[in-house]
Amino acid sequence: MCISKFVLNPRNAWFCLALFCATAAAHDTATIFNHFKADRLEYEGNQGLHLFKWDVQNWTGTDENKLWLKSEGDYSADQNIFGRADLQVLYSRNIDTFWDFQIGARRAIEPERTFDAVIGFQGLAPYFIEVDSAMFINEKGNVLGRLTLGYEMLLTQRLILQPRVEVNVAAQDIQNRGVKSGVTEFEAGFRLRYEVEREFAPYVGMDYVEEASLREHQHSLRGVVGVRIWY
Amino acid sequence: MQYWDFSPARCPAVWLLLASLVPGITQADVYRLSISEKSINLIGETQPAVLADEALPAPTLHWREGEEVTLHVTNLLNEPTSIHWHGIILPYQMDGVPGISFDGIEPGQTFTYQFKVKQSGTYWYHGHSGMQEQQGLFGALIIAPQQEQQTVDRDYVVMLSDWPRADPERTMARLKKQSDYYNFQKRTVGNFFADIRRLGFWETVSDRLAWGEMRMEPTDLADVTGANYRFLINGQTAEAKPLYLFKPGEKLRLRFINASAMTHFDVRLPGLKMTVIAADGQPVEPVDVEEFRIAVAETYDVLVQPQTEQAYSIFAEAMDRSGYANATLTPRAGLQAALPAMRPMTLLTLAEMGGEHAGHAAHQAPVLPPVGAENSHAHTEHSAAPDPTMTEHAGHQHATAETLAIEHAGHDTPRADTAKPLSYSQLIAEQPNHALMGPPDREITLRLTGNMQRYIWSFDDTKYADAEPIRVKFGERIRFTYVNETMMNHPIHIHGLWQYLDNGNGMYNPKKHVINVKPGQTVSVDVPADAEGEWAFHCHLLYHMDTGMFRKLIVERAEHVH
Repeated sequence: MCISKFVLNPRNAWFCLALFCATAAAHDTATIFNHFKADRLEYEGNQGLHLFKWDVQNWTGTDENKLWLKSEGDYSADQNIFGRADLQVLYSRNIDTFWDFQIGARRAIEPERTFDAVIGFQGLAPYFIEVDSAMFINEKGNVLGRLTLGYEMLLTQRLILQPRVEVNVAAQDIQNRGVKSGVTEFEAGFRLRYEVEREFAPYVGMDYVEEASLREHQHSLRGVVGVRIWY
Repeated sequence: MQYWDFSPARCPAVWLLLASLVPGITQADVYRLSISEKSINLIGETQPAVLADEALPAPTLHWREGEEVTLHVTNLLNEPTSIHWHGIILPYQMDGVPGISFDGIEPGQTFTYQFKVKQSGTYWYHGHSGMQEQQGLFGALIIAPQQEQQTVDRDYVVMLSDWPRADPERTMARLKKQSDYYNFQKRTVGNFFADIRRLGFWETVSDRLAWGEMRMEPTDLADVTGANYRFLINGQTAEAKPLYLFKPGEKLRLRFINASAMTHFDVRLPGLKMTVIAADGQPVEPVDVEEFRIAVAETYDVLVQPQTEQAYSIFAEAMDRSGYANATLTPRAGLQAALPAMRPMTLLTLAEMGGEHAGHAAHQAPVLPPVGAENSHAHTEHSAAPDPTMTEHAGHQHATAETLAIEHAGHDTPRADTAKPLSYSQLIAEQPNHALMGPPDREITLRLTGNMQRYIWSFDDTKYADAEPIRVKFGERIRFTYVNETMMNHPIHIHGLWQYLDNGNGMYNPKKHVINVKPGQTVSVDVPADAEGEWAFHCHLLYHMDTGMFRKLIVERAEHVH
């Protein structure tokens, strides 16, 4: 019922989220687990660029129902500014063996303070492809999308090569945000991590990043050093 | 150095004394156990254990068939506990499952179990609260028959178990977050190229695509592996060199009990012929074997008769070859047998995964023959099965060797083609049961289901928390058909009622308290509902049981019709 026009209003999305969580809690006496995962905590840079990036998720809940938080962003130490920073608060429902349906809201703090409703799917596609997809809709009805695909290749049991692709798209120009319709950001790269423990894995990698906005178009190659942590 | 010997032949005086103390035919004995937490050091660090009488394993209890036993179990823990008498036929209130047979034993309380022993053979007892069984709460239960049929010179308990490094609750949480957390034998890029050289490019690619489509790993034989476990015999690691003594020419009965939470073992005594004489406490037609697989919670009685002044290894490899338990059977304490080499693991095959493909037109589930025909996928890799992945292990040895601390894992001696592991079809009851003839009163198909990725286990896709009890009528004979739709083995245990395994021997089908159902396999059992009450019915892999592969089975009297 929530997957209607009603939910597309961000304020209502919060309401729906609360409703879903309440429903979930009422029916579930199962064990609740909490899973924090910093998939990327890294320094990314080249000659002209020095960024600290994070990509962190945390879920709390049962097999079927979870409260899922996601935060992504980057911080430029040189300029002392956040390039991008957002927080998603999602209700996640296990809808299939390998898939969760997620609905909730995103609060972007940088580059501008915005508020979007979020609908997405997260899970494992055939051939072990990790998928995180989301559609963001703001109060003016502008639609943005994000798709992240990852794959893990075991060089040894602990040395793991992870190619990763992230595509951000916009359905139409959003003047005040400088967003240009089409692919707004494309990121492709790999990370080579060593699992000292399953939960603790330092890595190195490379990223090719292409960004397009109404103001500029740029692409760059960046080296990455970071650590993957979960518990 | 210890050894365990309880045979009447070895200590006749004790038995004479016991017999003379007890007047009349009915024997009545009182046993006491106290459950407490104790720190133990098995793996080089101090860890908490939950023990009965501060012993790992708990004291072996010796009962006699026909005896009226009274057992006072005192809880000295800070949490509730319980003891379940595994495989014992008794009133359901004495069965020891909190929430089903009774309320459990609260801290500081003593619960008194009292029942008449109606059977004989090798059984065991263990905690049925939380993860206490994994933390050391288990012991052997030996019931002497009214008339001993098998006289032996020595009688030993060989109790196998898996001792965890991590706290069991933590292990559960890890599995929920990353279900392959403990698998350090996965196929690597190196294996991929090795397979290309051996099998050819397209063969290898199509194999990877098939597994990739299912999002499964053929090395996924165990959820919790040697990466977390040390494997024990009678509470001792292989390094502690547990010892069993014999004199050449003596006949020994080894009572194997698998008290593991999660580990199936392949058991061998290289150089010695074993004769299996009982399974799950029930006498079977003697079968000579060189090896047998013991599923979690099963028991097997085995006769051996070493003739020479030589030491033998009692070698139990974990099914996934991530470790082993080892003891020595020796004529002298100083004489050790050479440690046998672990053999490579046998990967799962796509054929076994038939069940997973129930919804895929391209991979119809093969119609599986009754368990009697299981020789064709016995776990020797020299099986005649045409599936190419059966030979996968050759290329996989590198990974095994690389990732495990056990150096000899990769240096496998060529497997003797003559190795004959015990098959369920070879289990033939000593006594026929005529009640098994004719059609059953009720047939129930139970699908063994799960979501490996999320680590959720269930029957018929429904977890225990969401399921209704299974209700049957007292006096009925129910035919359960277990259809394993998962890639794991599931040792299915019914409390209080026997399962007669349909292995094609008719009236001589053996009765067991645990039936191991292999990946993709379909197995039928006959269960006479001859004990009223509420019984636990579950997969005996602790973490499967805990996540929901569990049912309450209610045997109710038919209401009187006036």
